[in-house]
Amino acid sequence: MSAPRLLAAEGETFQDHVPGLNIFDWPPLFENGPAWLDWLTKPTLIVLLSALAIIVFAWRAFRAPQLVPKGVQNVGEVAYLFVRDQVARPMIGADGDRWMPFLFSTFFFILFMNLSGVIPVLQLPATSHIAIPIVLALVVYVMMLFLSIKHQGLVGYFKNMMFPPGLPGPIYVILAPIELLSNIILRPFTHAVRLFANMFAGHLLIAFFASVAWWFLAEKLTVLGAGIGIVGFLMSIIMTAFEIFVQSLQAFIFTLLAASYIGGALHPEH
Amino acid sequence: MGTLAAVNGDLGSIAYGLAAIGPGVGVGIIFGQGVQAIARQPELTNVIRQNMLLGFALTEALALIGFVVGFVHS
Repeated sequence: MSAPRLLAAEGETFQDHVPGLNIFDWPPLFENGPAWLDWLTKPTLIVLLSALAIIVFAWRAFRAPQLVPKGVQNVGEVAYLFVRDQVARPMIGADGDRWMPFLFSTFFFILFMNLSGVIPVLQLPATSHIAIPIVLALVVYVMMLFLSIKHQGLVGYFKNMMFPPGLPGPIYVILAPIELLSNIILRPFTHAVRLFANMFAGHLLIAFFASVAWWFLAEKLTVLGAGIGIVGFLMSIIMTAFEIFVQSLQAFIFTLLAASYIGGALHPEH
Repeated sequence: MGTLAAVNGDLGSIAYGLAAIGPGVGVGIIFGQGVQAIARQPELTNVIRQNMLLGFALTEALALIGFVVGFVHS
């Protein structure tokens, strides 16, 4: 049984051109360059640019703060207040301000990397390569373990995690292994995969609708196909807008979860 | 007894469809209850929205894992 054809044309069909995993494979930026430069691919370039962007942004906003802010400092202060009031203080508590440097730079680093998915020419969210979310999630995970053991003690940490007080006895038989699994293994895994998969799926969706539009409007323009092409064109615009929303939301959620893990490590009672 | 039912084609898509059922229900419950909570106590909107997003992120992870697994095994 062959796949249904969208188009009655001879030869190639759109099925042969659906974007797949290949849109994430990038060869070295300078293909004929020296071998020691092979690590420099488009994703690594985007990571470097994002790091540069957050450095320049923070430098210009907070290098010489004025009492009456103007220019970039305005933006920087709004951004700082957003991260502090929406992430740090609700999740960590009164001592959340101490974690602001980490949370602020994590949020904007991820935001810039995500937004590079909709910036023309770049058009690849660097976080759609799982290596990058893994590194970020590992940093948070190691920090969480360290802080938990430092603030609760090794035994206290596992006791607070697996045996929260105030439950009827037999419940602990089920609760303890689930809590252990979810805190030690699933937490860093889902933390990384959530960001990765969102960016991966979003990039694939935009690429899919954009290639529908390209294929049916430019490559093989037919009377019947044009309608599909127009739908693809409109959907690629709508999906781009939706992606901007998802990219900001995922950067926010990653930071929110990082803060909640840190907060849980510092204050085990809630 | 032979095969009762067989599925062919892209199994990853089918797996993702199955994986999306549970999180779909979950996300619906989270946002439905969240909106209800905001309607009942508008002064707590910020706190509620925060927890709504947190719960949404935790639930959504399941669907996303289902999405990625299809690619991993392809």
